[in-house]
Amino acid sequence: MVTIALLYPELLGTYGDGGNARVLARRANARGIATSVVSVGTDDPLPDADIYLLGGGEDGPQRFACEALRRSDFTDRVAAGATVLAVCAGLQILGESFCVEGNDAYAGLGVVDAVTERGTPRAVGDLRVSVNGRPLIGFENHGGRTTLRSTAPLGVVEFGVGNDGAVDGFRHRNVFATYAHGPVLAINPWFADELLTTALGVALAPLHSVADELYAERCRVVAPR
Amino acid sequence: MTTRLVPRAKAARFATLFVNGLSRTMRRGEGTVAGGRVGLHIDPQLLRHLSADRTIVAVSGTNGKTTTSALLRAALGDAVGGNVTGANMPAGHVAALASSSAMQFVLEVDEAWLPHVVRESTPRVVCLLNLSRDQLDRASEVRQIAERWRSMASEALATAFVANASDPLIVDALSAASNVTWVSVPSSWHADSLSCPRCTAPLRFGDRWECSCGLVEPLAAWRIDAQGSISTNGETIAVALSLPGLFNRVNAAFALAACQSLGLSVAEAASRLASLETVQGRYGIRRFGNRQVRLLLAKNPAGVAALLDEAGTLSPDVWVSINAQVADGKDPSWLYDAPFERLVGHNVSCLGERRLDLATRLEVDGIASRVVDDAAHLDGAGPLVTIIANYTAFQSWMRETTPW
Repeated sequence: MVTIALLYPELLGTYGDGGNARVLARRANARGIATSVVSVGTDDPLPDADIYLLGGGEDGPQRFACEALRRSDFTDRVAAGATVLAVCAGLQILGESFCVEGNDAYAGLGVVDAVTERGTPRAVGDLRVSVNGRPLIGFENHGGRTTLRSTAPLGVVEFGVGNDGAVDGFRHRNVFATYAHGPVLAINPWFADELLTTALGVALAPLHSVADELYAERCRVVAPR
Repeated sequence: MTTRLVPRAKAARFATLFVNGLSRTMRRGEGTVAGGRVGLHIDPQLLRHLSADRTIVAVSGTNGKTTTSALLRAALGDAVGGNVTGANMPAGHVAALASSSAMQFVLEVDEAWLPHVVRESTPRVVCLLNLSRDQLDRASEVRQIAERWRSMASEALATAFVANASDPLIVDALSAASNVTWVSVPSSWHADSLSCPRCTAPLRFGDRWECSCGLVEPLAAWRIDAQGSISTNGETIAVALSLPGLFNRVNAAFALAACQSLGLSVAEAASRLASLETVQGRYGIRRFGNRQVRLLLAKNPAGVAALLDEAGTLSPDVWVSINAQVADGKDPSWLYDAPFERLVGHNVSCLGERRLDLATRLEVDGIASRVVDDAAHLDGAGPLVTIIANYTAFQSWMRETTPW
């Protein structure tokens, strides 16, 4: 049984982020693993889940989601090894600070030593990141420039902007973060399986689907620059 | 009415008509935008000049503005003009106004341009249908548009608003407006306003939505229930439509409320609505090879939700055609926010440039579909097919089909 917690979808769901929970459930079910997807509201305590999903959102909702997480035991769960996918606004929330509603820095959760400042122009377009040699393809739309000090990035940007034009996201304990928003797990089946494998601690049998064709097509179209 | 124009506006109007005539003669297009641009270049206040002395009704919102404008024109009867080709920015507005002597005009207006158009044309009535996500990669996010509508509403003192009470973004944007007729709408679509537009706290949805900060759904003078029955102040209005769907009954209610704001007889206006059978190629039966098809436009999650509210009434065969050109928004992430899972039980074919994105989206909800690389393989005889297409995909289907 895999429990997938979709955190605050009413605040962090600007770009199809709910799709990621459904992709994980589908790919687990196809391997005979039962799943439960739990939508978590800001007044709810965090459930015991195997995977926590944090999506993208606009400035006000991002601040509100950050406060809800600060009140919760989220950072303890990360320290205890929880598997997390954080996308866009979700990525920024996990850092030390981010900017909302202008250029004022707002304190994040400090899970990692990432600092996000306002960047221009807004990064809008296809994103391709090499993650240990494997392409991760997505779409980014954000006004942040994120600097990491000691935290390892998720991968090297091959097309698009990501954190700063050079690297994208971060990897810390079992937290995966990227600026590739929305249905990043639908487009990149291997990434979905990596999250499941991390959470379950078991290898998964290969699974073929139309998503493989989509991934191959997007890898061709969004070529390294 | 041209006799009243100042010389510069006269020259600009002439240039608008001349360029559009030329563009039509040379078959460079429908001749609505190029001339308007030239006219606005010569007289930047051309929209103001051409609107003066006319009764303008503006219609804006993410979804339904073309159909509501068409319903409103039908309701108003014969002597009414409009930007009927769908060019809904100022160049399209001045082109339509320059080429018509109608004293009543219905303007369909792009959401981002609405404050400017309201300032210039001083509409008697503005219909605000809804605000939801559309083309996120290039348009400002939906809350920024709501902010601009807020300043518009506080300045447009001569304008009566007919607005969606069920849409928290619109209610908050109109908090400074003095003259609002509220329309309560049955909607399953709240995903763009789950958090309060005023304080960002999560909203509570019951009979009426409300927030702990005090923002609450206003009491509506017009109401459409879940069965599509339209009433005003408790009195049910008989409305027969040729256009399908609950969402078109909502559009019709906005059109009738606007007529009421203009001081017209609602019953008389309602009796004219059934004459509208197709809107820019949508809803009516068209021919594709040997096949009958019905084209439906859906370009964002709320639009898909509205079309698929009654998925059971669609034909068994549904072709969904998705592109991601600039006009569509280059980011197809929205497919995951749209309730395509309601297509379960239909024979779905995926077409368009992003057919693999769509097929993957459907697969996530366990819906098997057919990926069709070339639509030409589908034009053989067969039963009626419903085609759901987003913006540029819809335009290419309009070129591929003819009226039946």
